[in-house]
Order: sequence, then C-alpha cells, then structure tokens
Amino acid sequence: MGVSTLTASRRVGLSPARRARNMFMGGLILLATLIVVAPLILIFAYLLREGLGAMNLDFFTKVPAPEGETGGGLLNAILGSLEMLAMASVIGVGVGVAGGIFLAEYPRHPLMPSIRMISDVLAGIPAIVMGLVAYGLIVLRFGFSGLAGALALGFLMIPIVVRTSEEVLKLVPQTVREAGLALGLPKWLVTLKIVLPAAAGGIITGVMLALARVAGEAAPLLFTAFGNNLVNADPTKPMSALPLEIYRGATSAYDENQRMAKAGALLLILLIFATSLLARRFGRRK
Amino acid sequence: MIEPVRRPSTPARLSSSSDRTFEWVILLLAAVIVLVFVLSIYQLGRESWPALSRIGVEFFTQRTWNPVSGQYGAAAMIAGTLITSLVALVISVPLAIASALFVSEYAPKWLADPVGYLIELLAAVPSVVYGLWALFVIAPVLARWQTTFFSPEYPERLALYTKCAALWADNHTTLQCFFVPNSGAGRGLALAVIILTVMILPYTASVARDVIRLVPAEQREAMYALGATKWEVISRAILPYARAGIMGGVILALGRALGETLAVAMVIGDSQDVIRSIWGNASTMASVIANQFGDAQELLHRSSVVTLGLTLFFLSVVVNYVARLIIARLTPKGIQ
Repeated sequence: MGVSTLTASRRVGLSPARRARNMFMGGLILLATLIVVAPLILIFAYLLREGLGAMNLDFFTKVPAPEGETGGGLLNAILGSLEMLAMASVIGVGVGVAGGIFLAEYPRHPLMPSIRMISDVLAGIPAIVMGLVAYGLIVLRFGFSGLAGALALGFLMIPIVVRTSEEVLKLVPQTVREAGLALGLPKWLVTLKIVLPAAAGGIITGVMLALARVAGEAAPLLFTAFGNNLVNADPTKPMSALPLEIYRGATSAYDENQRMAKAGALLLILLIFATSLLARRFGRRK
Repeated sequence: MIEPVRRPSTPARLSSSSDRTFEWVILLLAAVIVLVFVLSIYQLGRESWPALSRIGVEFFTQRTWNPVSGQYGAAAMIAGTLITSLVALVISVPLAIASALFVSEYAPKWLADPVGYLIELLAAVPSVVYGLWALFVIAPVLARWQTTFFSPEYPERLALYTKCAALWADNHTTLQCFFVPNSGAGRGLALAVIILTVMILPYTASVARDVIRLVPAEQREAMYALGATKWEVISRAILPYARAGIMGGVILALGRALGETLAVAMVIGDSQDVIRSIWGNASTMASVIANQFGDAQELLHRSSVVTLGLTLFFLSVVVNYVARLIIARLTPKGIQ
C-alpha cells in the first residue's frame, strides 16, 4: 500500500518526457566524453603497436642511418633534446621563479599588474613565433645552434613557471611569513629560507610541467636548432631533438625514417606522460 | 625622568638595505619577462618592415602568394587560419563542455579522476605526434572514403566532380562544389580541422570543469529540492551560472587553435590558393611559416613570412587578453 502511493507520487513528479529527456542528455554526455578520450587511447595504442618494435638497443645508441638505408637510431635527438632542455631550464626556471616571487611577494609593487599581464599574454604566443624571435636574435648573427633552440624553449617555459610558482607561493600561509619576520629576519631571508622551501614541491611540479610542455615542441626548433644527424655536444652548432626527428621522419618518404619517427614519438610521449604523472604525484603530496 | 627605550636600530637598517637589494634583483629578473615581450615585438617588427612598407595593406587583402613572381598577399592563409580555428572550435566546444559535465556531475569519484587526468594528458601530447597520427591513421581513411566517392558505380558523382573541376579551373566555386571530394591523399582542410578539434578540446574542457566546480552547491541543491532532474539542474542552474567562465575557456582554446603549427602544417596540404573545397589543400599562417621560412632566400619572401608571424603574434595577444579578462572577471573576489 505504502509502496504503491510512493511510486504513484513519483510518477506525478517526473513525467515520462522529462525522464526520457534526462536519460537522453545523460547518454549524450557519456558519448561525448568517450569521443573526447578516444583519440588519446587510439594514439597511444597506435604508437605502441608501431613504435615498440623499433625501440631496440640501436635506437638508443646509434645516430640515424643515411637516407634510404635501414638501421640506426635517434641517439643524436635524445641527447640533443636533453641538452637543450637543460639549457632552456636555466632561463625558464631562473626568470620564471623570480617572476613568481615578484608577483606573490610584492603584490603592491606598481609594476606588478603589468608584469602579470605580460606574463599571461606571453603564455598564449604561438611557439613558432618564438622560433622566429630566437632566429632573429641569435641565428641571424651566429648561425643555427642548439643555444638558439634552447633560448626559444626557455622563453616558452617562462610564463608557465611564473604562473605555477606564483600560485604555490600564495598558498604559503601569511602567518609563516609573519613568524619569520617576528624573529627579526629580514624579508629576503624569510622569502629565500622559509617561504621558498615551503613552496618548493609545488614549484618543482610547475617546472616539470613546463619541461613536459616544451619537450614536445618542434616548431620553434625548425629554424633555430635546425637538426643534426650526428651527436653534437657543442651548443653553438646545429643540434637535433626528438620532436624535430619525428617531424622529419613523419613527412619523409622512406619507410625507415617513418619507423624511427613512430618509435621516437612513442619515446617522447612516454617521457612526457611520465613527467606529468610524476609532477602530479609530487604536487598532490603537498 | 624616564629614559626613552632605545630600539636596536642597526639590524633594522641592515635588513632594510639588504631587503632593497633583494627586491631589485627580483624585479630585474622579473623584468626579463617584459624584455622578452618587447624584444619579440621589436624583432618581428624589424624583420617584417621590408614587406609591410613595400606591400602595405594589400598584404592582408590580396590573395595571391607567389614567391616566384614576388607577389605576397596573405588573404588566403588568413582565411585558412580563421576557418580551421573557428570550425574546430564549433565542433569541440559542445564535446568539451559535455566531458567537463561528465567529470564534475555524472562520474563517481573513482571514475572522474582518471577521466579528468586522461583529458589533461590529451593536452600534453605534442603537436608533431598528433600530426604523425593524423598523417598515418586518419588521412588514409579519408582518402579511402574519397576514392569510394569517385568509384565507377556512381557516374553522376563523377559528372559532378568534372563540372566542379571546370568551375575551379575558371576560378569559380559554388556551395555544392565546396563539399565535393577532390584529394586523393586525404590531406587538406578537413583533416586539419579534425586534428585541431582534438587538440583544443582539453583547453576548453579543463576551464569548463574548473568553472563548473565553482558553481555553489546550494544552487544545485535548490534545484534538486524543487524536484528537477539532473539534466534540468545542469541546463538551468549550472550552465547559466558557468556561462561566462566557459566562454573564457573557449576563447583560450581559440588562441591555441590560431597558433597551432606543426600538426596542421603536416596535414593541411600547404596550398596558398583560395580554398575551394573542404577536402582540398589549404594553408594557415602558422603552417606557411613552418613550411616556407627555412627556404625563403629573398628578402621580400622572408620578410613576408615574418609579417605572418607578427600578425599571429598580435592576434594571439588580443585573443588571450580577452580570454584572461573574461576569466578574471568571473573569478570570485578573494580567490584570485
């Protein structure tokens, strides 16, 4: 008896049309989510299937074979990427963290709003445009070099590091700063010895995310680092990078180059996913 | 008489001078951000000056881009940039909002976190990898579809194609011809739009998710208390509230789409002709920079390509500024 009145009242409250509409929209939302996630899974599966076979010892220890020949690896690109990312980090982390400190610790400075705005705007500038800028600044004077590529990547890192370090620094409670100041420490010591260590985890997360972001950029390297078929440790000479080799290989007519590109893409994507996974872990523990 | 208390003044003075030094060092380093911005404008401006001064406004209105004859009009690639970006935006926005709703409203926590994370990873996939995938996986599918269209079983389609080819040769296009397949390789405008859609999805999705989370719980509860279904709560209490913020995310995604380079350069077919068919080859400003800057020997060619970069620079500055403005206005006071 009680049950029947309950179902009856529910039927009054929710007409079949509304119920159907609700179910329909829920289904559409689920479907759309599947469509959004599908490319990621498809790309990953494709690269695993196609690239894993080419990832042998040679892949990590040899330079590309001459055009049209089989064998070889991407040692030049792997080392070049690491070298350029290390150089880019010097610019990206130095300027980025300082910018974050400036925005978070000197909020009343008259220059603060304009620096924050310019940093935000910088974040949206296409990577290839930064490549053109680095070309004009360095390549026109000194020729293609790993340094020019690193400069472009460093410029791209700056706004990402600024934003994340500003946000983490603001999460450090004001009372911690006051405690330090109350002990008689000058503000710079409080910032460097108390606030910065407290925010270190989050800042490292931001730096890792920035690295993961620029590690995949090929566009700004096309006419700065330019690429090099040999292992090159000299930053003033042309240098290869993983995304560059992927671009060249994917648009090449040779099967072997395409195979290398797919293996390179798999390696790059694994490195990037691992970095962002680690960054997330690191960030969450704080 | 009581002696006034003497405060230790030396340490205070010491700290204030060292504080000032520190502030200057930090300010100088932060000023590098401004320097990068100014240097970019200066560098791009200086290098694009030869083209801008020689060609003038016609650079943006003329549609002939021919390095051989020395004509540089960027109208076709500006159109290519706008068309690919806007169409990709139109397709991706509903999908992105739906996935944001799924993560924040529908999915249980054990599912919401991984799905949200997968969407974030979508943003981490490099542009070249998207390009490679589009080239090797989607292009053949599109190519097969287009060859099927031309198969001898459908003579009337072949007739239509021949008619359109004649129209194209005559520099005419009709709306009907706009959808006629005309490329065997599968590359072209359509593939560029597909890949751009996937690439900008996560930007709108993550902003939409954040904004939807900002909608006060009371707002939802009030609707549920009135007996509303989940969809009614979403459509009447959540989406209207989150509208402005989602718009900010959409414009941010537009900025991404405008500047997206290599994936598009790899699949769009690189033709600086007027766009005649959604299946045909086209180009965007970014793809032309990627494909031509390295080979540009002549001063005017090189300068014209840099002018495209300058245009892209200003376009993205404006788009990003507007997006930030919208998002900032929406953020409740005090959160910042």
